[in-house]
Amino acid sequence: MSSATLEPRVNTPRNYLNADYGWRSWLFTLDHKRIALLYMVSITFFFVIGGFFAVLMRIHLIEPQGALVQPETYNKLFTLHGVIMIFFFLVPSIPTVLGNFLIPLMIGARDLAFPRLNLLSWYIYIVGGLFTLYSAIAGGVDTGWTFYTPYSSTYSNTQVTAVVVGVFINGFSSILTGLNFIVTIHKMRAPGLTWFRMPLFLWAMYATSIIMVLGTPVLAIALFLLALEHLFHVGIFSPALGGDPLLFQHLFWFYSHPTVYIMILPAMGVVSEIIACFARKRIFGYKIVGFSSVAIAVLGFLVWGHHMFVTGQSIYAGLIFSVLSFLVAIPSAIKVFNWTSTLYKGSISYDAPMLYALGFIGLFTMGGLTGMFLAALATDVHLNGTYFIVAHFHYIMVGGAVMGYLGGMHFWWPKISGRKYPNGWAALAAAIIFVGFNLTFFPQFILGYLGMPRRYAFYPAEFQVLNVMSSAGASILGVGYLIPLIYFIWSMRYGPVAEANPWGATGLEWQTSSPPPTENFTQMPVVTEEAYAYAAEEEPSRG
Amino acid sequence: MADTHAEHTGLAHQFEDLAQQHDADTLGIWIFLVTEIMFFGGMFAAYAIFRWLYFAAFEGGSHILDIRLGAINTIVLLASSLTMALSVRSAQTGIRHSLVLFLVLTMILGGAFLGVKAYEYHQKFVEHIVPSLDWAPAGEVLVRLAPGGLDHAQLYFFFYFAMTGLHALHMIIGMGLLLWLVLRARKGSFTPHYFAPVEVVGLYWHFVDIVWIFLFPLLYLIGGRY
Repeated sequence: MSSATLEPRVNTPRNYLNADYGWRSWLFTLDHKRIALLYMVSITFFFVIGGFFAVLMRIHLIEPQGALVQPETYNKLFTLHGVIMIFFFLVPSIPTVLGNFLIPLMIGARDLAFPRLNLLSWYIYIVGGLFTLYSAIAGGVDTGWTFYTPYSSTYSNTQVTAVVVGVFINGFSSILTGLNFIVTIHKMRAPGLTWFRMPLFLWAMYATSIIMVLGTPVLAIALFLLALEHLFHVGIFSPALGGDPLLFQHLFWFYSHPTVYIMILPAMGVVSEIIACFARKRIFGYKIVGFSSVAIAVLGFLVWGHHMFVTGQSIYAGLIFSVLSFLVAIPSAIKVFNWTSTLYKGSISYDAPMLYALGFIGLFTMGGLTGMFLAALATDVHLNGTYFIVAHFHYIMVGGAVMGYLGGMHFWWPKISGRKYPNGWAALAAAIIFVGFNLTFFPQFILGYLGMPRRYAFYPAEFQVLNVMSSAGASILGVGYLIPLIYFIWSMRYGPVAEANPWGATGLEWQTSSPPPTENFTQMPVVTEEAYAYAAEEEPSRG
Repeated sequence: MADTHAEHTGLAHQFEDLAQQHDADTLGIWIFLVTEIMFFGGMFAAYAIFRWLYFAAFEGGSHILDIRLGAINTIVLLASSLTMALSVRSAQTGIRHSLVLFLVLTMILGGAFLGVKAYEYHQKFVEHIVPSLDWAPAGEVLVRLAPGGLDHAQLYFFFYFAMTGLHALHMIIGMGLLLWLVLRARKGSFTPHYFAPVEVVGLYWHFVDIVWIFLFPLLYLIGGRY
């Protein structure tokens, strides 16, 4: 295979970034690396918008009577925060940025299997995003990100249709991205790169893609039916006409619970890469960690009913969903134990990516263990709909997925930009984010345990101390997110030039130059050893 | 990159050879069809629930549909699957004029299906049994729908329009893809070594046919009629 593509070696430092500067070369690019950057800019934009709504909410909740907005506005704030953060930041984040950039590099290919489809996915994402932004500007939407009927049908007087159409369209971006990744990983691996030599990031992306491909269409059909219901008042989800509102919840959560794993699995893949590199050790139990990703993807499809324990679904269904939900904890715990075992007797260095990875392990463990409370039927009755839930899923999604995304960005930034960022600032930012995050969300566990319901614009005065702590933490967290944004932008112009493999990491992506040439490899690579062939004691930088 | 080379072989730059590209293309369409199954699957699940809840209404609604038109359309669509399969065969053997012929025949059959479907939709407006837009069943239709409850009959017709409408949308997209294939085939883009687009569109077309094979009994043949 490699002999067919021998190309003349070019010694000028041409790479994918300086190949062309015109705007057309970006907006019509078929290069997976440039498309990754298009995604990076757009998801950062949506992260800022979603974060802005969160800031308004936390300011509002400083006072028990509410300090800032009307209750109707508050409903719109948490709805738009959820919709934008989940569908337009977290779901695409690691797959479309790091996955797009790294999958072809990691498997030794010139591009994804379908570059045009890849660019199309980005445009679909943008169109979906525009619909959502339109709905925010044209009056907002107040149903909660779950679009439960009848909030979103009978009693809706906000821009439900626009936002539902936006999320519906965006779903196809996810589907096509997942399809592209699966085909690429199946068909485009370099000679010698067997399944069990693949970096665990690829296993995670593969499992994520399976969920995207199987789950997203069901969300699409649920939203399609919801839009018809909303436009024509047919009554499929309306009990008055013989419809069933729970049917919407079933269809919605059939996608939206697995979505949690779309958000967390890629972060787990990133953490596996970082831990192995900065402990300079082979990952402990490689195959088990790889299979646990697939196990999470499969089990994740069988647990959606745990969102509906208190809705009046059959108690027997509840029992089964409860047991299955506990089962998901097993592959998740396997990963945490195996990362910890990898650290054991490793020669650990604490560069910025490693700090994010270690932060991930701690916060994800917290989020995972508190999830057990919610999988248990009896405790869930008490905790459902309280701030305990809010804290739990923010530990998974922000403490887990966002930490993983930032860790990955710090790990691969030299490869993406060809520049290094200031390590001291990066370590400081990681510390600030960790502290700010815990201060924001740990009090919410207590609030929820004490019974404060989520999604209310007011609360009893006795909860004020904890709410003020949470709001203070949010401001620290915001500063923590701002710092990387600044030094990443700074580094693109002023950062020291990065060598091909600044961390001494294994993996094909580190064997090509930083930033890589448009065609990725000047000579197509052949793989002769397993992933993570770190020799802990001697020769720390190979490859 | 071998872009100049790519012009006449159809090999895209990211692949090593046509065999790898063909493998990737076919795996891609199969995965896409899996997503389609999940997509229609959600709607079939919703249909199943309401059919189970309101069987009498669904039976009554079903008996208003014209079973002959449904059967004719089933045969038309099956025939179009045959001509589609023959198109792929012609592409594989490299006979350009029969490839174009069979693609055009497939389009004609697809168009016939959509024409019959449009006539059926028109009938629903004549009979005032379009849920929410034009819902005022009267006379013979009302007599048939009344036993199951009119609200529930409206649900049945909602599913009828949503499911056949989604199917028709897929047919229209398929017609567009066929037209694209015809134009490319006339230019001689396909060779016995490079015909993946014909095969991919063919798989999509067969899938859309199979969806109809499920829709026909589920919508037209509920309960004993004859």
